[in-house]
Amino acid sequence: MSSSIDPAALTIEGLRIATRSHTIVGGIDLALKRGGIHGLAGESGSGKTMTALAVLGLLPGSMTASGSIRLADAEGPASTELVGASRGVLQGVRGRRVAMVFQDPSTSLHPQLPVGRQLTDHMRHHLGLGKAEARQKAEALLDRVRVPDARGALSKYPHQFSGGQRQRIAIAVALACDPTVLLADEPTTALDVTVQAGVLQLLRELADGGDLSILLVTHDLGVMSAVADEVTVMRQGLVVESAPREQLFTSPQDDYTRSLLAALPGSSFEQTGEEAR
Amino acid sequence: MTRTTAVRPPRSRGGRTAHPFLRYALRRVLTSLLLVVGVTLVTFVLTNLVPGDPVAAALGQRAAEDPAIVAQFRATYGLDQPLVVQYFTYLGNLLHGDLGVSTTTHNPVVDDLAKALPATLEIALGAIVLSVIIGVVLGTIAAYRRGKASDHVLRVVSLAGLSVPTFWLALVLYYVFYFQLHIAPGSGRLSSDFSTPPHVTGLYTVDALLAGQLDTFLDAASHLFLPVLVLTLYTVGLLTRFVRTAVLEILDQDYVRAARAKGLPTRTVIWSYVLRGASIPILTVVGLAFGSLLSGTVLVEAIFAWPGIGSYAYQAASHLDLPGIMGVGLLIGVMYLLVNLIVDLLYGVLDPRVRLAS
Ligand SMILES: Nc1ncnc2c1ncn2[C@@H]1O[C@H](COP(=O)(O)OP(=O)(O)O)[C@@H](O)[C@H]1O
Ligand SMILES: [Mg+2]
Repeated sequence: MSSSIDPAALTIEGLRIATRSHTIVGGIDLALKRGGIHGLAGESGSGKTMTALAVLGLLPGSMTASGSIRLADAEGPASTELVGASRGVLQGVRGRRVAMVFQDPSTSLHPQLPVGRQLTDHMRHHLGLGKAEARQKAEALLDRVRVPDARGALSKYPHQFSGGQRQRIAIAVALACDPTVLLADEPTTALDVTVQAGVLQLLRELADGGDLSILLVTHDLGVMSAVADEVTVMRQGLVVESAPREQLFTSPQDDYTRSLLAALPGSSFEQTGEEAR
Repeated sequence: MTRTTAVRPPRSRGGRTAHPFLRYALRRVLTSLLLVVGVTLVTFVLTNLVPGDPVAAALGQRAAEDPAIVAQFRATYGLDQPLVVQYFTYLGNLLHGDLGVSTTTHNPVVDDLAKALPATLEIALGAIVLSVIIGVVLGTIAAYRRGKASDHVLRVVSLAGLSVPTFWLALVLYYVFYFQLHIAPGSGRLSSDFSTPPHVTGLYTVDALLAGQLDTFLDAASHLFLPVLVLTLYTVGLLTRFVRTAVLEILDQDYVRAARAKGLPTRTVIWSYVLRGASIPILTVVGLAFGSLLSGTVLVEAIFAWPGIGSYAYQAASHLDLPGIMGVGLLIGVMYLLVNLIVDLLYGVLDPRVRLAS
């Protein structure tokens, strides 16, 4: 594809993930362009989450990854290989250069830690910021993801927010150290349909606003059609199709993609994901 | 965890909104006070159901055959009154801090208990602090090394700790340290050539430190060593296994994965995320362990001639000393309630969902 011309923020080549007895991901390629949203679609269990975790080197202990995942440096042509990278390299990448947003913000935020602490601890670690500086930045981040009363929110706990606000907070946590890649694993699946569109719009704005590349993982093609620039469809650990959004939605090449599209209620472009699953 | 009632949203009463945690704390304290009344009733009834004649036990068989002496005795101790009257007299006296006079020591029971309680607390607190530290460290290590050799070794060791009878362990340790190695001091809380440190807390180690008497502290600590060791071994197995389970459960939580995905150092992930999450179930089991530890002290005190509540209870029971028995029963009941109250309040401290329920 065009990845050799267009510099990619993240390049996955021949990624295989396996347990001792099973192959979870059977060798996939995926290039995440700088800036923009790359959708990773596919039914539950097709290996999307494990692919995202492999990028961070956070696969369950029973799994091993092989192949290549290269993270491009923010400037210059150099890149960092993440498969088999040392613990030190991975620690420096996690949260700093590649951040992740999880599916359910009611479980991915620590219920006993104030929001401000969860927004600042990795900032202070990675960026060496002082307490006051980090809090100031955290407040700005909460403003950016449009959490109301950002200053007051810092000393509140996750349970004091609504689901949609919690996911915005989780996104703010992910953005804290200005990563170049954001892995968003089903970020709207656990949310009320009424707030899903707002969170997707936020991701769209973040991708449009600068150098952030987002890998948007979802089993919901409706979500994809709303925000993704490129879409990769996975099935049983393999990529069946990868194409720009319009092309994929108007002239899908693969039978499986077609069946997924056919399953979309009133399948049209402007779906905003209200009809999740 | 199991205390779902605590998470119930509080009703706003009459528009006056106290701080949610204060309201939570107040409710717990009031409940505990009500339960204390219940405890007095239970101890009173149970004590009076005990078969055996306290008069005979206190006076000896000869004197008990003299009706005049018996009547005199019964009047002195209020035993000639109906039970209900006795109970209310008991309650009334209790409010004045009067638990009656022991028929064994002839001291006010309150004074006896005040002397014995710090001795028991000193070994119980020492043991619970030690077992929590050891249990949390070993349990966390076992959870992180789940399935590896060190996990299996810890499992076997803690299982062994759980299955060895306390009294047997105490006897063996006493024999080994005292008779074989000659490194344990004799029984009691202090060697005879030391005098009791000035009373502040009643815990000799603490008081000695407060008074700056380092040698007294060392002597008291060496006397504490064996009883505390036995009690620690008694609870540490339970705690280790429980902490392992709790940490394993937390390690599976999304927020731990999220903390790792933030690139936080492992140390921070364990302290700030994993153990904070596990602290609530761990607190529950520490409360339970402390309760079972209190009952464990009876045997340990007997073996090490430790002048605490356990020894006092044993002595009162064997002499059918009703005021003594009731005093001990009440004290132990109140201590259980107090431990529960502290645990409940700590839930509020550890868990903002309890503290700020709204
Ligand atoms: N801890 C694990 N150990 C072994 N297999 C797992 C584990 N977690 C997930 N899997 C398996 O990996 C496969 C891919 O899972 P996942 O990446 O979570 O799918 P998706 O995110 O696409 O729904 C599934 O078949 C699942 O059963
Ligand atoms: Mg998934």
